[in-house]
Amino acid sequence: MDTILPILAGAIFATGIYLLLRRSLILTIIGIILISNSVNLALFSLGRLNIENPPLIAAGSVVPEAPFANPLPQALILTAIVIGFGLLAFALALAYRSYKELGTVDQDSMLEDPEDTSAAIVNESENREEKEG
Amino acid sequence: MNTLLVLPVAIPLITATIALLFRNHASLQRWVGVLGMVVLLGSVMVLFRDVYVDGIQVLQLGDWEAPFGITLVADMLSMLMLGISAIMGLVIAVYSLYDIDKERERFGYYPLLHVLLMGVNGSFLTGDIFNLYVWFEVMLIASFILLALGNSKNQLQGALKYVVINLFSSLIFLFGVAMLYGMTGTLNMADLAVRLPEVENVGLVTTVAMIFMLSFGIKAAIFPLFFWLPASYHTPPVAISAVFGGLLTKVGVYALIRVFTLLFTQDIGYTHDILLWVAGFTMVTGVLGAASHYEFRKILSFHIVSQIGYMIMGLAFNTALGLMGAIFYVLHNILAKSNLFLISGISQRLLGTFELKQMGGLYRHYPFLAVLFLVSAFALAGFPPLSGFWAKLSLVKAGLSIEMYLITAVAILVGLLTLFSMIKIWMTAFWGTVPEEGVPEHFGKMPLFGAGSLYIMVLPVMAVAGLILLVGLYAQPLLEVCLMAAEQLLDPNVYIEAVMGPQ
Repeated sequence: MDTILPILAGAIFATGIYLLLRRSLILTIIGIILISNSVNLALFSLGRLNIENPPLIAAGSVVPEAPFANPLPQALILTAIVIGFGLLAFALALAYRSYKELGTVDQDSMLEDPEDTSAAIVNESENREEKEG
Repeated sequence: MNTLLVLPVAIPLITATIALLFRNHASLQRWVGVLGMVVLLGSVMVLFRDVYVDGIQVLQLGDWEAPFGITLVADMLSMLMLGISAIMGLVIAVYSLYDIDKERERFGYYPLLHVLLMGVNGSFLTGDIFNLYVWFEVMLIASFILLALGNSKNQLQGALKYVVINLFSSLIFLFGVAMLYGMTGTLNMADLAVRLPEVENVGLVTTVAMIFMLSFGIKAAIFPLFFWLPASYHTPPVAISAVFGGLLTKVGVYALIRVFTLLFTQDIGYTHDILLWVAGFTMVTGVLGAASHYEFRKILSFHIVSQIGYMIMGLAFNTALGLMGAIFYVLHNILAKSNLFLISGISQRLLGTFELKQMGGLYRHYPFLAVLFLVSAFALAGFPPLSGFWAKLSLVKAGLSIEMYLITAVAILVGLLTLFSMIKIWMTAFWGTVPEEGVPEHFGKMPLFGAGSLYIMVLPVMAVAGLILLVGLYAQPLLEVCLMAAEQLLDPNVYIEAVMGPQ
């Protein structure tokens, strides 16, 4: 396992980079998902793998009996998975919204529209009326 | 142990929660937003006093001894960064009262702003490298939503680039954390600082250092990793641009300063040399990019990149004077840069555009606004007696004292080119004639103060301009505090002993 997991993580990372560089927005996001998983795998294998005892403390003693599996990397991965899940859900929603607004997922044809200033320029009188009224 | 250390994180969280409860009462929510910032600033001031008088303050969360639990650490650098972020938070919250439209308020602008500050403050305070990753993500998710809030086409495009590159950078960061854990078996930064020099394979440590440089470099927008910044920072409303341009990249700079003074000091000849080259290229490419643009906020965005170069240069010198200059530069730059963004917003309200070619006549009709612009722009370019002068002077002095003539010359030249861009804005938007068409009806008639004016937007700008003048005219106390921060950074043992107890 100690040799297979790093190689697997590397392969997934490379695939992720390839997809990240594609023009289609969907492929880019799938690339991010793959990279995220490969980093979690790396975190898992860097925490040292062993198939010994679970990290449980026997009744009457203060520390678990060595050798035991390291629980910390798993806690870290769990945190990273939850955070990654939230961020990716947002990225997917953003991609969907852009597809709706821009009508394309091809990143090369997403060019800035100099006419579109709606974000920054609010109709002055309207805004004030709304706020004061 | 100082339990007050949780306040800079807890207050924004509580404020955001209260503001969310009032989501159907827009005006109440606004004032909760502003009030939260005032309380935050007060708590940071109290903490600042503690750190100034008693040295580094530490809090072990849940009473777990270091290195087993999560540690919050406040040294002078953290406090200075917390202070400036609280000041900017208050300024932006007041400016937003007018700048942010009802639609965005309804979708939770104020709660998001506070969550963003919570992430920023958490990053400044944490003493645990994995926890730093978590705070970065808190900050990121809030910034993603703030950037995309409003759903205009340009905003969505800008947000996509920002989201993808930042997710990638976070993942590299996480990989670096995994490598550190694999090598040393610890995540506490003070403990890491003890154990990293014991690692036999120095090459591996340097590799991890480069992974961190890549990840934080993307966030800080250094050469050649900055291209996402000018593509996204000019798309949201001005208040959001200002808080991004002022604060977020500086969190990346803070992280770089922290890890390259505390953790990765084994192979300084290699890592800090790369930082020096990167600093030079960042300064030059940023300022040249700014020279080629004619949109107010795009010019400012490129200048963010260019200014980051100065801070990295101070870090790369790795001397007390250099670090002092870098820290002072960060503080001054957050003030000057955010203020320029805020002024661009007022100009746009008056003239209806950000395009310099369609602007003009601001000096003639709004001389006071022109003065505010001059103060901020000259501070950015480094004119005496404004804050930027002392920042540049200490960096140049630091460079000359260790005989780094080339990079110092580049820094001075880039200062001149900065002035060129500022003069470009001044000549068109302020001194230029009023454009013949496309000018809104209220231009020239609407006063800056009084009923029906933009005074809510002008007051925060005045306050920041006042701070820039104050720091410029009375720089000594702040310079001394920055020097104190730099000396703490250069002696990691102080930090280690504060966290881990006497060794």
